[in-house]
Amino acid sequence: MCLAVPGKVLEVGEDLIASVDIGGVRRRVSLDLVPEVVAGDYVLVHVGFALQRIDEAEAVRTTRLLAEMFAQDDVPPPGGPSTP
Amino acid sequence: MSEASHSLPAMIEASHGTGGKMTHDLVERVFVPAFRNPRLEELGDQAVFEVPGGRLALTTDGYVVKPVRFPGGSIGDLAVNGTVNDLLMGGATPLYLSAAFILAEGLHVRLLQELVQDMAAAARRAGVEIVTGDTKVVDGRPDDAMFITTTGVGLVPPGIDWSPRRIRRGDRILLSGTAGDHGASVMAARFGIELETDIPSDTCALRDAVLRVRDIPGIRCMRDPTRGGVATTLAELSEQSGLSLTAEEIAIPMREDVRALCDVLGLDPLYVANEGKLIAVVAPETADEVLRGLQAVPETSGAAIIGEVTDDRPGYAGLRTALGALRPLDLLPVEQLPRIC
Amino acid sequence: MKFVDEYRDPAQAQRLLAAIRRRSAGPMRIMEICGGHTHAIYKSGLDQLLPEGITFLHGPGCPVCVTPALRIDQAIALAEGPGHIVATYGDMLRVPGARGSLRQAQARGADVRIVYSSLDAVDLAARFKDREVVFFGVGFETTAPANGMSILRAARLGLENFSVLGNHVLVPPVLRFLLDAPGTEIDAFIGPGHVGTVVGSQDYAFLPRDYGRPVVIAGFEPNDLLEAVLMLVRQQAEGRCALEVQYRRAVREEGSPVAREVMRQVFEVVDQEWRGIGRIPASGLGIRQEYAAYDALRRYAGELPEESPADVGEYVCGAVVQGAKSPLSCPAFGVGCTPEHPFGPGMVSSEGACAALYHYRRTSPGKEAQP
Repeated sequence: MCLAVPGKVLEVGEDLIASVDIGGVRRRVSLDLVPEVVAGDYVLVHVGFALQRIDEAEAVRTTRLLAEMFAQDDVPPPGGPSTP
Repeated sequence: MSEASHSLPAMIEASHGTGGKMTHDLVERVFVPAFRNPRLEELGDQAVFEVPGGRLALTTDGYVVKPVRFPGGSIGDLAVNGTVNDLLMGGATPLYLSAAFILAEGLHVRLLQELVQDMAAAARRAGVEIVTGDTKVVDGRPDDAMFITTTGVGLVPPGIDWSPRRIRRGDRILLSGTAGDHGASVMAARFGIELETDIPSDTCALRDAVLRVRDIPGIRCMRDPTRGGVATTLAELSEQSGLSLTAEEIAIPMREDVRALCDVLGLDPLYVANEGKLIAVVAPETADEVLRGLQAVPETSGAAIIGEVTDDRPGYAGLRTALGALRPLDLLPVEQLPRIC
Repeated sequence: MKFVDEYRDPAQAQRLLAAIRRRSAGPMRIMEICGGHTHAIYKSGLDQLLPEGITFLHGPGCPVCVTPALRIDQAIALAEGPGHIVATYGDMLRVPGARGSLRQAQARGADVRIVYSSLDAVDLAARFKDREVVFFGVGFETTAPANGMSILRAARLGLENFSVLGNHVLVPPVLRFLLDAPGTEIDAFIGPGHVGTVVGSQDYAFLPRDYGRPVVIAGFEPNDLLEAVLMLVRQQAEGRCALEVQYRRAVREEGSPVAREVMRQVFEVVDQEWRGIGRIPASGLGIRQEYAAYDALRRYAGELPEESPADVGEYVCGAVVQGAKSPLSCPAFGVGCTPEHPFGPGMVSSEGACAALYHYRRTSPGKEAQP
């Protein structure tokens, strides 16, 4: 139900079957559920189907909002990845 | 080669396993030319060799991998490298291998020749000779090709006594390269799942690497993380030492495409098999020296220190996650399967 | 990996944890609904790093855990049919029914194959025209459109040897069921991110509106979950109770209209049995009459068992799946029921609460485990 990974659409072939690259792994993925997707788009891949296009603008916006919130909070810079 | 092979039948038949003329033909035309060495060419029921004073290491393994050929190697490579590595993990210089073949009736002889050539090449690279063997033929299902059992013997120099009992708190854990490569390379084919990757199996013999660092004091033990991956080996070493091998998630080298494949199929790469990697547990004083020695050898150039031995949770391994939390690394009760959820 | 690594960045995680600690105003029992979230929490260990009062209850969003044993018995019966192929997602392979699991049936000679996609099952049917191929399609709303598409594709290809044995369940009805039960102690919800990409965020508006519980729909990387917890903590501190979306890069308000249309076209809402819980009205999806040829239940009616002895007298599986009880309260936990010999789905499923707790406790003797 939950396992979906982001992948980049390399090319869209016949019958709405696309070749998608997921971190160096390639798989044919059906675009039946998001027919408007084009090569170059990022999509969420679940059980061989693209479920949704990933909205890059939203992702950037969220990161910016979080950064602003941290700045407001005066949260100190991180000490390191293994802070217990 | 083609002149000899045109008089070989195209496929393995039951008679190839009876020990009669057809078996002899097969041995003389396929195995001997590939493995070429004086002991084997005597074709006795046994191979005899001098034993210098000291301790012998003996190991055996059966190889049943399917498919028999995969990116980066074949069952032939595994059958030699796996057994050679098992000797090396005990600090032994590998010397000789025996090879017992169980062939499925209907196996194409050409395929057999290729796999045997793979074994021969692997043996040459590993500095071992295949000196004796056996061949049997069984009724097989269509996708069974062959099973190989190799037994290896090697020599352990005086003063080398590698064992989990020697592990101490504070020891460093070294991993010789990226985790999960072999299992990832065969994963899609194993489950009949169509996924295109460029991931090659990492199968290789670790002879140069181990012999280069063997005499550095402070090496407690080595083990190769084959079935069950890095996590299983850490769990086993913890159980056998009574201590707690704790790895740092961010320190474990991993190929991005291996991680991606595991993400797609819902697998934990720490439990995915390796065939050309070693884990070494080393005293803190000499860990860096051992690390540099490994890094100087091509097969282990990606070596890294991935963790430390503690006594927090005696007998159980742990993983400090990227977030800084400690997660248990238990033995998996069953093999991981791809999941969607 | 783009859109992944950023959400696994440890430095960002530390900032989020610090912000949570600063703003946390009191205890909060958060139910994460989706099994994938349970898995992500255990895998990253983030539950160990949150302030002590913030605890997780594991919800019923594990389609493996809630598939009735009867469905598995039916899948096995179909697999044992002569010339049949049953194609299944890997998750279902080891779940026990009344006669063991599909894996055990496979070991006895039944042709059971793991597929990654429902389309691979359709391919099997196209390749092996003389075999009856049954796709064991389970899932919540995330997977239903993909499973439903297999029927539409099979119909387009004119295949006559393909059908789906389906078990599709819906999230909102089981949440209502949980919240309507007396004594449910959940303060807030982390909503299922991938269900959300299909159905849209508005499906969860009923939680604050009808039940006064805030909900944040979250992604699946550690930083997604931490951000969602932070959003819930802020709501608590500010006295708000609202539906919010953390997973904005993938969840739109309206979801995926095409996916929803596929679901509407192939399925209809039906009453549904949930393993260990019982019958919840209007909580599942059945295949519509016009696709009856592709519905294994109708196609093989008469050959399939109609009840399962494994669906009654369950241990505590149902209560655990609902988050109402801890696996520790189950008499069989760790005694008869272990990951090696699971009695029920909570121990088979890698994100089942029972399996996760079993491994944690086994390797942390003497430490207090979070139930």
